[in-house]
Amino acid sequence: MVRRHLLSVGMGLVAAAFLAACGREAPPPPPASKAEAPKPPPEIVVKLGSVAPLTGPQAHLGKDNDNGARLAVAEINARGLMIGGAKAKFELLSEDDQADPKTGTIVAQKLVDARVAGVIGHLNSGTTIPASKIYNDAGIPQISPSATNPKYTEQGYKGAFRVMANDVQQGKVLGEYAVARLGARKIAIIDDRTAYGQGLADEFEKAAKASGANIVGREYTSDKATDFRAILTNVKARKPDLVFYGGMDAQAGPMVAQMKTLAVKAKFLAGDGAQSPEFIKLAGPAAEGVVASSPGLPLDKMPGGKGFTERYTAKYGQIQIYAPFAYDAAVTLVEAMQKANSTEPAKYLPELARISRQGVTGPIAFDGKGDLRNGPITLYVVKSGKWDALETVGGEAAAPAAAPAAQKK
Amino acid sequence: MDIFLQQLINGLVLGAIYALVALGYTMVYGILGLINFAHGEVVMIGAMVALSVIQMLVASGIALPGPVIAALGLLAAMPVCMALGYGIERVAYRPLRGAPRLAALITAIGMSILLQNAAMIIWGRQYHSFPALLPATPHQFAGATINDLQIFIVLLAAAAMLVLLYLVHRTRLGRAMRATSENPEIAGLMGVNINTVISITFVVGSALAAVAGVMISAYYGVAHYFMGFMLGLKAFTAAVLGGIGNLAGAMLGGLLLGIIESLGAGYIGDLTGGFLGSHYQDVFAFLVLILVLVFRPSGLLGERVAERS
Repeated sequence: MVRRHLLSVGMGLVAAAFLAACGREAPPPPPASKAEAPKPPPEIVVKLGSVAPLTGPQAHLGKDNDNGARLAVAEINARGLMIGGAKAKFELLSEDDQADPKTGTIVAQKLVDARVAGVIGHLNSGTTIPASKIYNDAGIPQISPSATNPKYTEQGYKGAFRVMANDVQQGKVLGEYAVARLGARKIAIIDDRTAYGQGLADEFEKAAKASGANIVGREYTSDKATDFRAILTNVKARKPDLVFYGGMDAQAGPMVAQMKTLAVKAKFLAGDGAQSPEFIKLAGPAAEGVVASSPGLPLDKMPGGKGFTERYTAKYGQIQIYAPFAYDAAVTLVEAMQKANSTEPAKYLPELARISRQGVTGPIAFDGKGDLRNGPITLYVVKSGKWDALETVGGEAAAPAAAPAAQKK
Repeated sequence: MDIFLQQLINGLVLGAIYALVALGYTMVYGILGLINFAHGEVVMIGAMVALSVIQMLVASGIALPGPVIAALGLLAAMPVCMALGYGIERVAYRPLRGAPRLAALITAIGMSILLQNAAMIIWGRQYHSFPALLPATPHQFAGATINDLQIFIVLLAAAAMLVLLYLVHRTRLGRAMRATSENPEIAGLMGVNINTVISITFVVGSALAAVAGVMISAYYGVAHYFMGFMLGLKAFTAAVLGGIGNLAGAMLGGLLLGIIESLGAGYIGDLTGGFLGSHYQDVFAFLVLILVLVFRPSGLLGERVAERS
């Protein structure tokens, strides 16, 4: 009897999860254009999709991306834009993919059904890659502000772009830095088994090995975990002098703190997912001395960094990581539409593919695959409770044909 | 060997945490035969309330020693959780007391989702860092490290279990609880106010949840609005493993589950030659749940339970 009762418990849970998953519905979009004063130019409403995890452990990052895109749309609307002889009013449809690949495809389909003209997102590689197929099938261009896994642009989709360097480049920079500058010889690697974390960790491993380091342990966690003691104990047993983590800040923070309580003496190195103010808050005093990389220039070195920071913080508060990239993604989409004088995906996509513009984060132009040309990567260290830029690798040169690391696989 | 010992210690502390939460599940189940799925959420609310109070105290700049601040946070969280526990029972479970079990179960899950979303609205969706207030001086012990906080958590879980055992088996209230558990109608006829007894059960369980919430957040250094969900499932597994409805069983189940998870995560990589990795940690908990349900549905220490339901 107990058994049957407990079985029904399980089924109830599944039902509840299902209900929770389909409970969210965006409010219907407001009626398009109302009848207005005599003979203004016709107004068209252009819908753009923005997708990021707005709930869950990465909600702060998702909100950051969403706000970046929102700021761009608000500014463009305030300027007023004429596309194809009509006054274009942009509307941002925000969707929450919960950093979950399954949910990612559901919301992608939802945006396709809502006939968006373009998509800014998703945040995670793990959601971006499966969603990109849906956008591609519907012919909708997509710019991810933050998905760095190389696979995203290697699928041969014409409409898939990203505005930051990918993990082949980032992993290489990190691996070489770990060995050459941090003097790591024995390295333990932990990743969160997401497309991003695993991909970055693999690229890092390759580069570190090529530079002559020994990988003494490889451990795994999940992007929802908070307890890392079991794996850290294993890591400690292998006596590494550096621990690399491929994953996000919500795990990296507590992980660093727990490393300290377990008296693991190794240095800690991570990728862009951990390079946020949130990481420092979560790690507390243990954050000191942690090194992480992030694609792009440091915020204060970005061509439009200062102005963007002012405008963003006035409206939404502290920038986490990717807000300027989401902003650039949105503006780039709109600029391509403007150049093509059309909001039809098929018409403006060629313009998008050959765009060359100065964004907030730096020059934006895509290579044949849709990757950012010459995306720089910057290394940061935590110093007295703040991320301090150490050095920037790549970028700047802006020589269009170069894009050296992009093809390396 | 020191690695094995360290994993054992990790598991013991993790298990003590599961046990603290499992005690709450098992108490309610023991009396009502109801699985209070909102219990994990009460733990979460306890942690969040304590965190808010602690942040206020820290921000106000009053210089108090860490443990005092943590204690004040806990003192604030306990009444909130107790009121919440009482409220949940009053609103969600009491009206359904005569209804089929599935109805009560579904309300429990509904309550859990409701609380989770309410917490998301109040405290936001991000991870909050829980300041390190409690002393965590590491001690070396046969090559392994254990800190004050870890020792404290294990002792606290054991103490909570002993107090509850005393309450249930040695006090007048406990007798009323056991009577209600055996047959609510007859207990009522014998002059036991079963509504009061059930309310008290929820209130005591929720106070314990507040303690668990604060300890867990202090231990991991983070608190967030959905921390109760996975914790609730694991604690539920622990309670089933030990024999749901049995207080000592909850403790035993919690400790066992913690140790199984910790050793599992620690050794699976080596045992399978890297084929399965440490990210299978959570699999162990649920594997245990399935095995127990198949081979010993009444759990390790539970005997009475099978015939009851």
